[in-house]
Amino acid sequence: MGAALARAAQWTAAGSGTGTLEITPLNKSLLNQITKFVEDFSARHPLEAAFVFKEPLEWKTQLDCSAFGNGYEITEATVQSEAKAKDGQSLLLLTKSTLRVRSFDQLSCVLQIAMEKKLKEVQSCLEANRDPIVQILGREYGTVEGEDRSLLHLLEKVKKGGDPETEVKMKILLLLHQLDLQLLNSSLKQISQGVRLNPAAVSNEVNLLKDFSGEGEDTVLESLEYTSDYVFSNGCRAPPWRQVHGEICYLVINPHDTDPLCITCSTAGVFLNGGQIDSKELIDYERKSDVYKDIVTFLRERSPKFVENMAKQVCAVLSYLFKMCLFMLVYSCLKWVMLFFISSKTSARLDDVSESSSETEEDEEQPVRHHEGGTDLPSEYWGIQKLAKYLKGGNPTATVIALCSMKDFNLAQETCQMAIRDIGCLEVLINLLDTEEIKCQIGSLKILKEISQNTLIRHTIADLGGLEIMVEILDSPDRELKCLAAETIANVARFKRAQKTVRQHGGIKRLVGLLDCDAVGSTSLTPYQAKDSEMARCGALALWSCSKTTKNKAAIHKAGGIPLLARWLKCSHANILTPVVGTLQECASMPSYRLAIKTEGMIEYLVKNLSSEHVELQMHCASAIFKCAEDKETRDLVRQHGGLQPLSVLLANSENKQLLAAVTGAIWKCAISEENVAKFREYKVIETLVGLLTDQPEEVLVNIVGALGECCQETVNRSTIRRCEGIPRLVKLLTGTNQALLVNVAKTLGACATEPGSMIIIDHLDGVRLLWSLLKNPNPDIQASAAWAICPCIDNAKDAGEMVRSLVGGLELVVNLLKSKNKEVLASVCGAITNIAKDEENLAVLTDHGVVPLLSKLANTNNDKLRCHLAEAISNCCMWGRNRAAFGESNAVAPLVRYLRSNDPSVHRATAQALYQLSEDPNNCITMHENGVVKLLLPMIGSADETLQEAAAGCIANIRRLALATEKAMYG
Amino acid sequence: MFTCDQPSDATRPQLPGPGPPARVTMAAAAAAVSCRPLTMSRKRLQQLVDTLGHSTKHFNKSEVECLIKLFDKLVAESSSRFAAAGFDRNMFRDILHTAFGLTDEMIMDRVFRTFDRDNNSCISVTEWVEGLSVFLRGTLEEKIKYCFEVYDLNGDGYISREEMFQMLKNCLLKQPSEEDPDEGIKDLVDIAMKKMDYDRDGKLSFKDFEKAVRDENLLLEAFGPCLPDIKRRMAFEQKTFRESS
Repeated sequence: MGAALARAAQWTAAGSGTGTLEITPLNKSLLNQITKFVEDFSARHPLEAAFVFKEPLEWKTQLDCSAFGNGYEITEATVQSEAKAKDGQSLLLLTKSTLRVRSFDQLSCVLQIAMEKKLKEVQSCLEANRDPIVQILGREYGTVEGEDRSLLHLLEKVKKGGDPETEVKMKILLLLHQLDLQLLNSSLKQISQGVRLNPAAVSNEVNLLKDFSGEGEDTVLESLEYTSDYVFSNGCRAPPWRQVHGEICYLVINPHDTDPLCITCSTAGVFLNGGQIDSKELIDYERKSDVYKDIVTFLRERSPKFVENMAKQVCAVLSYLFKMCLFMLVYSCLKWVMLFFISSKTSARLDDVSESSSETEEDEEQPVRHHEGGTDLPSEYWGIQKLAKYLKGGNPTATVIALCSMKDFNLAQETCQMAIRDIGCLEVLINLLDTEEIKCQIGSLKILKEISQNTLIRHTIADLGGLEIMVEILDSPDRELKCLAAETIANVARFKRAQKTVRQHGGIKRLVGLLDCDAVGSTSLTPYQAKDSEMARCGALALWSCSKTTKNKAAIHKAGGIPLLARWLKCSHANILTPVVGTLQECASMPSYRLAIKTEGMIEYLVKNLSSEHVELQMHCASAIFKCAEDKETRDLVRQHGGLQPLSVLLANSENKQLLAAVTGAIWKCAISEENVAKFREYKVIETLVGLLTDQPEEVLVNIVGALGECCQETVNRSTIRRCEGIPRLVKLLTGTNQALLVNVAKTLGACATEPGSMIIIDHLDGVRLLWSLLKNPNPDIQASAAWAICPCIDNAKDAGEMVRSLVGGLELVVNLLKSKNKEVLASVCGAITNIAKDEENLAVLTDHGVVPLLSKLANTNNDKLRCHLAEAISNCCMWGRNRAAFGESNAVAPLVRYLRSNDPSVHRATAQALYQLSEDPNNCITMHENGVVKLLLPMIGSADETLQEAAAGCIANIRRLALATEKAMYG
Repeated sequence: MFTCDQPSDATRPQLPGPGPPARVTMAAAAAAVSCRPLTMSRKRLQQLVDTLGHSTKHFNKSEVECLIKLFDKLVAESSSRFAAAGFDRNMFRDILHTAFGLTDEMIMDRVFRTFDRDNNSCISVTEWVEGLSVFLRGTLEEKIKYCFEVYDLNGDGYISREEMFQMLKNCLLKQPSEEDPDEGIKDLVDIAMKKMDYDRDGKLSFKDFEKAVRDENLLLEAFGPCLPDIKRRMAFEQKTFRESS
């Protein structure tokens, strides 16, 4: 236990004395194991349990005298155990809060008494006794840093005389040792999860270095040896108590130019230790140098000769390779070179990732290299390497031949892409772009265009500054060259940094320029126009890739891209339309584009292409409509151009989920207009949507349910949903977790619940309970839509009062939501309370939960929607006990009077009703009168709204009656 | 990308060697020009423009006139030695070099031969205008034909390995480590052969060459530049056609 406690447990205050154990998972598991050990001790080893400790374990306990029962003498503030040691002292003594325990028997009793506080007790015991073995067995058995002689010590004693106590001591020590090992082992497991360097990596590195060590001038090291030959099952060579520190193994290295180095390889890295002491068995584990990430890095710092010979080795190996071409050698050497390549690259990539992790853009792609097993080089390497020679050392003619020949490799294949990169061809290809030779530029771009399909290559091209050059090429007079550059930019600019680079070097303006030509609209193209439209296609492709960031969208707008995109939208070639519409739908996330799409007449063509035969194009059109149709005029335009019918037809393609998501999204947004809903009903869209409610991805479900929610505003459609058995499916979705989906489902179900027929089904499926539990969701949108949905449910359910009461804690939950900061949540909850309060018993419960002061607190608001629902809630809550007076006392009346100055007639009505209810209390009448309510209410008596009329008149009558009564009392 | 919409292509001559229609126009023009005095009369100029305007499809009449004027100007500048009505080999090489940026001696020589239809070592005004028609504005088809003629050094209708070697031999920057500098060139010839020799007979026929170029336009000037690049071409056209009109 000593070793584990001293080394593994994480103490807050370093050094000796009384530190406290930190609350970490590691410590917790250690404590748990120790507790279990002590608890079971007296049962398992009765003889040893009776052993009296050399000195008592002493700690501050939280236990009370009263907790001790049988077997203890209790006098005021002290507790003594009846069991006594030979010297007459009690084995357990509790004075004030200090507990002294002298045997394992008593220890386990204490733990039993402590019950759920036992962990706490063990912790304070250990904190007070950093090395409990000293107390238990005596000072000579303490855990000495470094070496443990206690066992030997004891063994000798046992041998010498047959003292039975020593034997018991021996057993206890052994038991504690066992526990110690067990603890160490389990903490090892925990620690090893946080490993950075691991045994396998170290052993690989050592083997590699060994291959290049030995006698002679040219080797990198003279020798390199482990200090221990024994390997534990986890691959480490360090003893377990050192493994706890993360140490893996120790090495003795003999470089050519320095003294032998003794180093420690640990999970944290490699460092110099104190070296071997005397005999070879012992090592001074103290760290004597900085920590390096691996052995090679360490040696680079320490031994200049190592660095020199390392380079020599690589050179020697390379020249050997080319001169002799001995196959076996080529293999082993290339392995070595490749290892270098890969290791340097992986480390570089790690840095890259950590840097970019601050950007939390989700669509940021990370380069991943799929590393095929083995280091055998595919034949493509040799072929491409041969051609690379002509790229590097040939004039333009030779270069073009080599480029054309390279194009014959399967450039879509990853091996070839990687070969081109690893051989260093990528640099050459990009350099070729920077020449005046158009033919070389074209040839190079033709290859770059293909291999930039690979993520890793894209990043490398961007790193090598390829984008800047390609942007410049966009100014070239050669059309083919411009097209290729734009297409390659389209491929490379798939990630944020690249998109930014394109913009910063003026690429957006030039790409927009490619769209500016006059072949638009004509169906049969002359060769010249064909080239124009090819250029537009490539330009649009590149813009599409770049349009993923807000700044680029703004840049396209600024460069005058919108009218050009609008112009190309009118053409009839799917290969141009797809990138054009793709760009538009990407940009439609910005309001300026949505406005332009509406005003430049693009809706017509988006609708037209919904009926295209190209699925991708259809998808982008639908998705553009989805984004734009938030706007009412746009929705009308979609209908006027006959877009609703193709949308409903596309619903039949339920296999393509992306298309389905876009189409259902467009339908959802279009359904916000009533006229569109009528059309959709004509096309039987509601039936189809309900049919699609099963087994769809969430993004599709969100849109479908959203669309149904909009359609549900009409009675006919509500019954359609019920008829098609949509309600059970909707209720089932309430158990999901997708936030947007929950908002929409609650909204739709709320609309359905206005129908008594549907309400029966919802109630039957326990839908109200599910809706109610959404109120617990932290998302305010979900809270609001759930609360809104609950209102009609209560309104329409049979025996609603009972239903609400049956939800345990439901009313408290509702009242607590009145503390929300979100106006929409507050209004919706007020709405729900209005409905709940119709039941007297529930109103009583609401009152008990303090609904009155909470509602009163909200009274000072300017939000008319909230005012309206709040006034309704107040008016309904007046019906219980002395709530009327309570509203007056919590200052709700004066703000309510002010509501009458609002311009919203529905606020007037709700407020007048609330005031009428409140005016039943004389004190409220006085407050109202003081706030000038009569003058405000008088004109409302003349209102056309009967409810308002009546409430206003009733309120004034109450005030008047009070005045008369007062007069009578004073003068009568 | 390039399509040829000219009806006259139906009568495309078989290769090698110039076809009959070209011969006819050329003979007519040669007849018209053969005894041309240094300064042409207005009428004769007009006549020549008319004839050539018909025979060349890529220039309009005013452009033809500009080219004839340029021809006269260049001939006049160097007429001290040759009273003959045209450019000799050296003069033509100078023009190719200064106006169109060609550098390779052997290729320029071949270009001269290709321009010089009647093989009289002198490029007449007709040959000049008709040659430039392909040289500056030729369709892909015409250019393939032209380039093949240039590269077929001995005019036997094939580009052989040896011819390729000849044309590519200055292609590589000499690398000192290479033991045999020719080895690299031979490898390059192999690469080119592998890429273009579709029928695998060890030499490039016109058919091979045409197919390779149609597959990959970059191979049009596979064995060395023999056409002006876009910038030179635009500069030349602008200078010639704008200035003098």
